Amino acid sequence: MITMEHVCKSYRIAKRNAGLKEACKAFFRREYDEVHALDDVSFTIADGEMVGYIGPNGAGKSSTIKILSGILTPDSGSCLVDGRVPWKNRIEHVRHIGVVFGQRSQLWWDVPVIDSFALLKDIYSIPDSLYQENLEELTHLLDLGELMRSPARQLSLGQRMRCELAASLLHSPKLLFLDEPTIGLDAVSKLAVREFIHKLNETRGTTVILTTHDMQDIEALASRIILIGKGKILMDGTLEDIRRGGENMDETIAQLYRDYKI
Amino acid sequence: MEQLHTYMQNTGLNPGGWRKYFSFFRMRFFMGLQYRTAAIAGMATQFFWGMMEILLYNAFYKADAAAFPMSFRALTSYIWLQQAFLTLFGAWMFENEIFDAIVDGNLAYEMCRPVNVYNMWFSRSMAMRFSRVCLRCLPILLVAGLLPEPYGMSLPASALHGLLFAVTIFLCALVVVACTMLVYVLTFYTISPVGLRMVYVCAVDFLCGAIIPLPFLPDGLQRVIELLPFASMQNVPLRIYGGSMSGGEMVRAIGLQIVWIVVLIAVGRMLCARAMKKVIVQGG
Repeated sequence: MITMEHVCKSYRIAKRNAGLKEACKAFFRREYDEVHALDDVSFTIADGEMVGYIGPNGAGKSSTIKILSGILTPDSGSCLVDGRVPWKNRIEHVRHIGVVFGQRSQLWWDVPVIDSFALLKDIYSIPDSLYQENLEELTHLLDLGELMRSPARQLSLGQRMRCELAASLLHSPKLLFLDEPTIGLDAVSKLAVREFIHKLNETRGTTVILTTHDMQDIEALASRIILIGKGKILMDGTLEDIRRGGENMDETIAQLYRDYKI
Repeated sequence: MEQLHTYMQNTGLNPGGWRKYFSFFRMRFFMGLQYRTAAIAGMATQFFWGMMEILLYNAFYKADAAAFPMSFRALTSYIWLQQAFLTLFGAWMFENEIFDAIVDGNLAYEMCRPVNVYNMWFSRSMAMRFSRVCLRCLPILLVAGLLPEPYGMSLPASALHGLLFAVTIFLCALVVVACTMLVYVLTFYTISPVGLRMVYVCAVDFLCGAIIPLPFLPDGLQRVIELLPFASMQNVPLRIYGGSMSGGEMVRAIGLQIVWIVVLIAVGRMLCARAMKKVIVQGG
């Protein structure tokens, strides 16, 4: 169970105009802009839900994920994940969650993937039996097999993303955050990833929160959609609420962004 | 009680929690052993460098051996050990991956793990240095040991000196890593590591006795420098080995090493914990 109430987070961004004169001026006096990444964000997510978290670039999606995973401390507001305040006790909190950042890698670059997995086993203190069980299941579902013996740097993006998913699930987290998990993947890999996430949610009852720009991801996976723009929650509903009679999803969303002027 | 437990977990002090940091150590250690060509190239450079240095000092000593605070034999041992353990001592050795994690935001993943970031980086850094030294030190010591007197390496001044050398070289590694950890942690505040790193490397190379042994410096300056943490690095084991420190000096030097280890680690952890609270993970 996740509850976020009135969460705000703003960043200070140094700004100046182009040109030498402006650069010299900025050397002595810097102008900052406050950017409200999150502005009074509230929502509740129940156990076992699959939620698509969408919005244009810079809307505050990643900031939300970072707060929920204990990386970022908000300026104000409260947030509880299964009774824990993520940033208050980060180490205890992250034991129970899995995170995949589509644009980053958690695997060690120079060693076989299976070594990265073994390291994660020690990091999370996963018991041997559970580790073996999870590894077998994930190997089977994600078709890892031989992949695990190659170094991460020699895998294709699709292969690596499958390994990343496995890496984030070895400790059987109840909650999985996926930040753009299908970015840059080809059609086959995308389908494989989607199918896997679906199965995971069905069999293990893992709560999944997914941010993406790929509307097909949302169609395939999310039963509930939260739309965020300029740091505010604009809409919270089902796929049907967004879709207005069989139109193309991308156009619908683009129209939605225009309607909300975000 | 529960608070204590939480605190211990957060700081990685609970005994069961050491295992994961040991795993980091092991992983990085074995990874480091892969780089064989780099090790061979490094050994050749270090051997050549050691030779040049000894020839240079030889010329000085020929002019007036009495003007130097160390015997020529102690000095050659100093130089050969310095070259053999270069990758354990080196102030310039940083892990770029750690800087990258801070600068481009890959830190996000490290923060999603139930580990203390300071301890994790500390064990990684130790492992990197130990793996490099493991590959390099023996061949250099062996060749240096076979060189004719007085240019080669000699045995430690006594068995006790040999033992204290082993202890202090380990303490030295802890001081070196604790100092580099400060540079990593300060990068959270400066965002770019470049300037800090440059100043650190230049200053430490001089102050730790990597360029010239500290006893060669003028007395007044030497007395001040010996109190700094940098003098608790290679200066201590290298001088103990050759027997150029008296009993009292050795005890004081080891005590100072331990004090600096405690202080540097405490400051590093405090800054790291503070940085974690206000950290803005850079980029998307």
